Amino acid sequence: MMLSLARFALRRLIQSIPILIGVVAMNFVVANMAPGDLADVLAGEAGAASPEFMADIRAKYGLDQPLIVRFGLYMWNMAQLDLGYSFRYGVPVTELLLDHLWPTFLLMLTAILMAFGAGVVLGVLAARMVNRWPDYLISVTALIAYATPVFWLGLMMVVVFSVNLGWLPSSGMEDISAGYTGLRRALDILVHMIMPATILSLYLTAFYVRLMRASMLEVSGQDFVTTARAKGLGENEIAYRHVLRNAILPMVTMLGLQIGAMLGGAVLVETVFAWPGLGRLAYTAVFQRDLNLLLGLLFICSVMVIVINIATEIAYRLIDPRIPLK
Amino acid sequence: MNDRRNSFLRRFLRHRMAVAGILILLVIIGMAASASIFYPQGPWKLVGRPLLWPGDNAKFPLGTDFLGRDLLAALLYGAQVSLFIGLAATLVATLLGTFVGATAGYFGGAVDRAMMGFTEVFQTIPPFVLAVVVVAAFQPTLTTIVVAISLVSWPPLARLVRAQFLQLMPAEFIQAAILMGMSDARIILTQLLPNAVTPIVVSGSLMIASAILLEAGLSFLGLGDPNAMSWGYIIASGREVLRTDWYITALPGLAVLAAVLAINLVGEGLNDALNPRSRNR
Repeated sequence: MMLSLARFALRRLIQSIPILIGVVAMNFVVANMAPGDLADVLAGEAGAASPEFMADIRAKYGLDQPLIVRFGLYMWNMAQLDLGYSFRYGVPVTELLLDHLWPTFLLMLTAILMAFGAGVVLGVLAARMVNRWPDYLISVTALIAYATPVFWLGLMMVVVFSVNLGWLPSSGMEDISAGYTGLRRALDILVHMIMPATILSLYLTAFYVRLMRASMLEVSGQDFVTTARAKGLGENEIAYRHVLRNAILPMVTMLGLQIGAMLGGAVLVETVFAWPGLGRLAYTAVFQRDLNLLLGLLFICSVMVIVINIATEIAYRLIDPRIPLK
Repeated sequence: MNDRRNSFLRRFLRHRMAVAGILILLVIIGMAASASIFYPQGPWKLVGRPLLWPGDNAKFPLGTDFLGRDLLAALLYGAQVSLFIGLAATLVATLLGTFVGATAGYFGGAVDRAMMGFTEVFQTIPPFVLAVVVVAAFQPTLTTIVVAISLVSWPPLARLVRAQFLQLMPAEFIQAAILMGMSDARIILTQLLPNAVTPIVVSGSLMIASAILLEAGLSFLGLGDPNAMSWGYIIASGREVLRTDWYITALPGLAVLAAVLAINLVGEGLNDALNPRSRNR
């Protein structure tokens, strides 16, 4: 089983190579169309780099060569994960990205788990109370959640929970000056994460609530649910033991579809809360017009989407062994 | 025909939420239309004492920002920007998505595979991040913003149009048109597209809402047109004084929320009115 899963993952990775090439081509097109030549873009900005460095880049990327050769060289460098240099930070882009990866990863994972939990509980509640006021309230809230700009909601929560009530910290990932260690530090990070993770999870939660509610209503008349009722199971047990299992697969699919949008949301949420991840990095890159860093971010975000989609497909097979590993 | 339209209207109006959406939308269109009537001097002029709260001074019903610009004037002009970007980006994205989806669905085979591969690349790249990179690579102007937003918005529509076309292709009237020797362009434009127009209209209307949200996000990151007073820009500018004067941030955010909610409601109403079968889902 494990071996065949690994083989499956490998095959899906190989199948994603054309898409990855497309993503790199997209980067190449943007870098070529932007004002200034590729060397300017890769150097971070025109004039900041020494002439030797610029000449070096021009040679490395063959800027005097025809377009197709340039694309090949660009691809070759990307394949070695050489994403160029960020002059604003004075370090290679790849290093910057790896440094900022895990805060974003932590934030997104928390947000996904929160969305899953809240979506299941509220969806079950809405279905159990169908067409009564809790159901309407949940549906209307979901409708509003779709329409709310996440960054604005973040700012408003800062006003309420940080400025007025003083309950939660308004920015950062931890209180560095306090010098916490171990469990105390983890708790501090958790407190800092409450607002950004809640806001980032909002959109996905709204999807999950609707999905869970629909699944509940759909299966509630089916035979296996009647059987469960007949053998004396309570409504809660039916919901969580029988209905949830059937609703989980579409939830996993939804995650794969929404992960790109969530990364976009992370850029805005991290900007609002000064969360030191990839999104915050994107904001500083925009602010300083560091196009090469932005292209690196675009690349790594696309890779994340591909990887998470493969992970959801593997999750499928683990949840439901009937789905063949093809 | 008249009868059909009447029943469409009746179905649409029965949808109370959709009617509420239309009313909010009319208010926002009114805001955009009246901006230059009430405030011919534009939204950038410093007109009063800075940081007046709403209601402090009857001359500025919604107060002033930290430079002393009239917030109501800014919101009215912001409505123009949001509606313009929403409509323009949706138009471009709809044309692009319909073109890709229609050619893929009609020609099939290698054309289909190439077009769908292209679409998949765009669906892999996170849309907002791509929009940020495109606008940052060029100068942020209304044109680049519209291009960037439409560039990231078309793929779902392309898939939808392709699916519709694939469903229609085996139909007898299409096969007859092919046998008659009608040109490909004519079959696509006169036979297939009219039958796919309903989902295009519905998803197009919802696309306006997401375009407005995307624009607000871009302006918030400082990627708005510097000559256009947009809601996202006001939210970002109010951030500096968020702790004391949060109304500057709150009001434009509510405007975005109202606009997007209204358009979503209208879109759902359109969907239910145009596809009566899906109404009870």
